[in-house]
Amino acid sequence: MSRYFAGTGDLLRLALRRDRIQLPLWIIGLTLVQTATASSISGLYATEKDRIAAQTSAADNPASLVFSGLVSGASEGATAMTQSLLLVLAAAALMSTLAVVRHTRQNEELGRSELIGSTAVGRHAALTAGLLLAVLANVVLAVVSALGLASAGLPPGSSFAAGAAIGAVGVSFAGVAAVTAQIWESSRAANGAAAAVLGVAFMLRAVGDVAGRTTDGGLRVESAWPSWFSPIGWGQQIRPYDQDRWWVLALPLAAFVVQVGVAFALTRVRDVGMGMRAVSPRPPEAAPALLSPTGLAWFLHRGSLAGWAVGVSVMSFAFGVVGDEINDLIGDSERTAEIIQQLGGTGSLLDAYLSATIGLMGLAVAGFAVQSLNRMRHEETSGGLETVLSAATSRFSWLTGHLVVTLAGVTVLMLLTGISAAVGYGLATGDMGAEFGSLVAAALVRLPAVLVLAAFAVLTFGSLPRLAIGLPWAAFALCLLISQIGSTLDLPQVVMDISPFSHVPGLPGGDFTVGPLLVLLVITAVLTAAGTALFRRRDLALQ
Amino acid sequence: MKTFGQVRALDGFDLAVRQGEVHGLLGPNGAGKSTTIRVLLGLLRADAGEVRMLDGDPWHEAVDLHRRLAYVPGDVNLWPNLSGGESIDLIGKLRGGIDKRRRDELLERFKLDPTKKFRTYSKGNRQKVALVAALASDVELYIFDEPTSGLDPLMESVFQSCVLDLKRGGATVLLSSHILAEAEALCDRVSIIREGRTVESGSMKELRHLTRVSITVQTERELTGLDRFEGVHDVRSDADGLSFTVDSGKVGAVISHAADFGIVSLTSAPPTLEELFMRHYGEEVPAQRETAGARR
Repeated sequence: MSRYFAGTGDLLRLALRRDRIQLPLWIIGLTLVQTATASSISGLYATEKDRIAAQTSAADNPASLVFSGLVSGASEGATAMTQSLLLVLAAAALMSTLAVVRHTRQNEELGRSELIGSTAVGRHAALTAGLLLAVLANVVLAVVSALGLASAGLPPGSSFAAGAAIGAVGVSFAGVAAVTAQIWESSRAANGAAAAVLGVAFMLRAVGDVAGRTTDGGLRVESAWPSWFSPIGWGQQIRPYDQDRWWVLALPLAAFVVQVGVAFALTRVRDVGMGMRAVSPRPPEAAPALLSPTGLAWFLHRGSLAGWAVGVSVMSFAFGVVGDEINDLIGDSERTAEIIQQLGGTGSLLDAYLSATIGLMGLAVAGFAVQSLNRMRHEETSGGLETVLSAATSRFSWLTGHLVVTLAGVTVLMLLTGISAAVGYGLATGDMGAEFGSLVAAALVRLPAVLVLAAFAVLTFGSLPRLAIGLPWAAFALCLLISQIGSTLDLPQVVMDISPFSHVPGLPGGDFTVGPLLVLLVITAVLTAAGTALFRRRDLALQ
Repeated sequence: MKTFGQVRALDGFDLAVRQGEVHGLLGPNGAGKSTTIRVLLGLLRADAGEVRMLDGDPWHEAVDLHRRLAYVPGDVNLWPNLSGGESIDLIGKLRGGIDKRRRDELLERFKLDPTKKFRTYSKGNRQKVALVAALASDVELYIFDEPTSGLDPLMESVFQSCVLDLKRGGATVLLSSHILAEAEALCDRVSIIREGRTVESGSMKELRHLTRVSITVQTERELTGLDRFEGVHDVRSDADGLSFTVDSGKVGAVISHAADFGIVSLTSAPPTLEELFMRHYGEEVPAQRETAGARR
């Protein structure tokens, strides 16, 4: 038995060394988000009466249930959890999948595991070390989060329940990544598949929570069954600061054990460096469409774009369907006004919900833009760029290829967002035309904000190639944070204004003004031009 | 000159390749061969000094110059999901066109299956993809960065005959290598670089002139007194007689000295590039010999 695991300790130390900056940043960042949210609650809602009012309206509000989180009582801690737990659970899941894939499939893809496998290291050592690293990171995240929440004045016992929920969800997604890393041959695809599982988990509990019923005088939402099929849902069902249901922890931990068993079984039957899917031959000659920098860029991006198109369409469709629930709410005008205000909207409740939905999808599409442009840096380090530039291709036309494909990609994804949400809403209400135009317009209005983030990625690629992956993701995380919990944290307007998404007219419902959009487009053009000019002047940074 | 942060990669570097010749760029690992080539390709910019290629500035006129050259990198890493054939067509097209008939002929000669995805190729087959893409283009200059490091001996000789064809066709070839037999077989002239500096440059003939001749001699009576001669090194005696190396200019005197002892047999060999190398990276070599106890 031990020969399968020989060398695990050494590989774990190596993984810890490699991640010594990255993982602490994740843990500190997530803890700060939670602690800041918890601290801001007493400022936002001075009395218990205020919190009860806020929580009952959140329990009634599908948009709040979908995007903020489950409602479970009106204590200070429970109110904070409604605002931040969902976001942190999803982030912990992402941290864990990225870490596991980084230390398993990515090593195989880059050929490192071949050399490592030739040393006295067991067949299961790499996977075990990756999983141990992820478990360790989640345990630390759980403890540090709990201490952070307790330091904000929340009850320590419940704070540890919250920390445990976060760590357990993270661990269960480490299991997901352990399996996808065995099946897919590229780390990109393995991460993509794990992200798809995360998306499904997010949707399942969104549907389950919205379809649930309120109890306890409207202060608690009892989720319907779909939430219980989602690891993210399990994290929420622990209900920290309310019921502290520790037993629910058994679900994510059991899922982890099962998935790890499957992953180890798969390691035993597959070859190092190979996936589980057959490699099909490709044509011996290139199709004419491939034979240009843009054609090549399209080939490189199309797989990931297809995945995003499916994901964005499904999520927008589901959000559209949920929109019908809003119509049932109208009538209780006093509460309605408060909900609209929570959403940051100005028009009707339905408009506010749809605007929040499209806004979140816009942020997701910005994630696609960043990922898509990261490809340029990947091409630079992996040799593709060197080959293209040593042929008679200018840096400008190579860069343009990637920019054109990314621009087309984000435009298509935003159109799909608007159309799918409109179709979902139309099917649920039986009136197809009702929101079609306004939703497509709302989606397109987000496009300039997405482009600003993309242009920032181009600028970092041109100026700081070695940070061209990290900095755009940091900017993306900042925008996500600002739009998701910026108002809860009561951030100063100056900080809120950093995010291009803060400047977009809140369609549908909000006032449409062209000015901010033009400014965003000008910023996009300037950043892109600067990034392009700097790229044309710099050395290739091949490592 | 080219520096990367604190590291000075090229300094005091001088390289001139004449039109129509096969020029070898020789040096050990990390000498700066690939950096030189990347500067010539306009991928890196020289911090100081003058770089001209095909009468142009490689940084500012990269695209126009690249239409007239073909390049095979030392580490061939292309797109994992494209087939070898697709990669060849793509690179050829980006360069400005490819000779379809020649491409198919080369695939045949190098025995490369063009339908496999790039990531499934071995190191040698990856190299073949880049070689076919380069050799199938009709250009003035071919740049090969350690082109045969992954090829088997059979494919190596296919590559060598392809290079000789190019030379006959009047093309210029710049070939970096640390495989000396390859440079000996192909190159008209070589430049030897070490730690980013050109240490020797010239035709194979000129460089041989500077080196020592190996001699093995069998005599009737025991050959003594060799240690009195300047320019005689590495004297060893074995079953075939006495072997040693002599500085090129001193051979005559040594032979006439040996004649007095009655020469039974004598073989002499021109210096190999290995010896050229040892001369320039010489510090380590004698030390190794001493540990092996082979020195007199």
